Amino acid sequence: MAIRVRGLTNRFGSKTVHEDLDLDVYAGETLGVVGPSGTGKSVLLNTIVGLNKPQKAEIEVFGQRIDQMTREQRVQVEQRWGVMFQDGALFSTLSVRENVMAPMREHLKLPRDLMRELADMKIRLTGLEADASNKKPGDLSGGMRKRAAMARALALDPDLLFLDEPTAGLDPISAARFDELINSLKGTMRLTVFLVTHDLDTLVATCDRIAVLNRGKVLAVGPMDEVRANPDPWIQEYFSGPRGRAAVK
Amino acid sequence: MAPSTTSFQVKDSADGKQVLAVIGDWTIWTIGAIDPALRNIRLPGDTPLDVSELGSIDTSGAYMIDRTLGGAGVGPEAKITLVGDHPTVERLVVEVRGSLRNAHPEPVHHPGIIALLDRAGRGAIEAWTEFAGLLSFIGEAMTTLAGLLLRPQKIRWTSVVAVMEEAGLDALPIVSFLSFFIGLVIAFLGANLLAQFGAALFVVELVAFAMLREFGVVLTGILLAGRTDSAFTAQIGSMKMRQEIDAMKVMGLDPMEVLVAPRLIALVVMAPLLSFAATVSGIVGGMIAAWLAMDISPSMFLNRFQDVVLVQHFWTGLLKAPVIAIVVALIGCRQGLLVEGDVQSLGRHTTAAVVHAIFLVIAIDAAFAVIYYEMDL
Repeated sequence: MAIRVRGLTNRFGSKTVHEDLDLDVYAGETLGVVGPSGTGKSVLLNTIVGLNKPQKAEIEVFGQRIDQMTREQRVQVEQRWGVMFQDGALFSTLSVRENVMAPMREHLKLPRDLMRELADMKIRLTGLEADASNKKPGDLSGGMRKRAAMARALALDPDLLFLDEPTAGLDPISAARFDELINSLKGTMRLTVFLVTHDLDTLVATCDRIAVLNRGKVLAVGPMDEVRANPDPWIQEYFSGPRGRAAVK
Repeated sequence: MAPSTTSFQVKDSADGKQVLAVIGDWTIWTIGAIDPALRNIRLPGDTPLDVSELGSIDTSGAYMIDRTLGGAGVGPEAKITLVGDHPTVERLVVEVRGSLRNAHPEPVHHPGIIALLDRAGRGAIEAWTEFAGLLSFIGEAMTTLAGLLLRPQKIRWTSVVAVMEEAGLDALPIVSFLSFFIGLVIAFLGANLLAQFGAALFVVELVAFAMLREFGVVLTGILLAGRTDSAFTAQIGSMKMRQEIDAMKVMGLDPMEVLVAPRLIALVVMAPLLSFAATVSGIVGGMIAAWLAMDISPSMFLNRFQDVVLVQHFWTGLLKAPVIAIVVALIGCRQGLLVEGDVQSLGRHTTAAVVHAIFLVIAIDAAFAVIYYEMDL
């Protein structure tokens, strides 16, 4: 098992975002997390990667409690995961290539030339033109920034990849390419993917299982067909609305 | 499984062809060791790949194989001949294939005298455009302000009051404290010097003139530049970065009216008040120092103050405050509006705002000193 969340409770002031939430992500699978806006999908991601401290939770990543790790253990886990944030979160003072090299430089002892070549390879792998390597994130379009962010998340060939809305704001063709990219990476790298998305096409194209978040809990989790059979009104509306039907067809 | 040490071998197979044998784990964590040895080896793309002793492999390991097997020369459709079985190696190599093509080198920076001249030239042009830009911005702001004075109902009083509190009231403690200590220091400095001439009582004039004419207002100006200007630039700059300014424009809101004018009005009102507070606390500081160091009692100090200090000194000082306020407010707003999309430019413009503002505060003070001197004030 890659991620195990038990009894997660997140409160901000009087607003309860998660209440006693349980979730498992199995090794090698792609889990898509969906839910209405504001149900704490990104908060869940942030909590798992340790950016947000929950009121109460038992969260294990690769079988280790993230709140009980020593510094070294934490670094080891960080080397095995890659996170792609919603807006890319690229370092704006560095070029795209340097962004991808940043985790390598921190964690690896590689010759500089090789690091540069590997960074370029990752950048190409995510479908960016090679001349994007030297550009600053500020000079890239939204879609290109997402790809660059993906390249950085993949820099260390992680076992576990967190993607926060990877296809939001992309045109349908780019979004479809992104789905393909996730699939082909998963096929080649034994990747576990934790995917937060609103995009039904992405869900259908990439996810092995889907978890629906609503009212602080996981309403349903399982393969697409199983989740669609759930009678919950939100799930029904989500998958059976015009967009849902078009995607699932 | 395979042996743990990562290595490779170029072997001759039975039919005389070369075979590349990859041994151990080929991941980003291990390939650093073999990179120097493998870097100069190029084999034809159809060289068989012996993977029977290969452990785990990731895209980085696959890249190394691809680079060795012809790399750039091989089309994406080319097949790899495998010797032995491996679940992922072929897919990975095909996946990363072609990454060497179109590889862009990093841009070369030319150091030396030409670059220096280039930078100097750019700097000179920039300084000129900066100056011209500031003048045109002041003009624009003044036009807006004049328009607003004709239609005062369009002034955003809520923002004005908010800025007055933030930039004026909240700055009162730090301005007063600083000025108090400066007054103290001036009096102490004067104490020794004046006592040598037996003119100890002149410390009153020293403190009074210094605080009234110069330090009260200059200290306020510098503090406004450091404290308020950076805030103005950061606020407006981050609004610019998040496209809030664009949103205003397309809604028909004039950023000059909404953002710049309230800050300008608020500072013009607050700067004289602040500099008055600074002056008073500076004089109090001087009075206390005179009392401690020279036994000049506060009542004696105040008596002499009333006798010798003309009211014109108060006005000559205070008159500078609104001028400084205008410059400080406009520089902060202008630099904020100049911010572009990235974080770096926000930092650059915040720095520029503070530096330009402090420079101009001093320059304006000097200009006033010359004018007052010519006018015999």
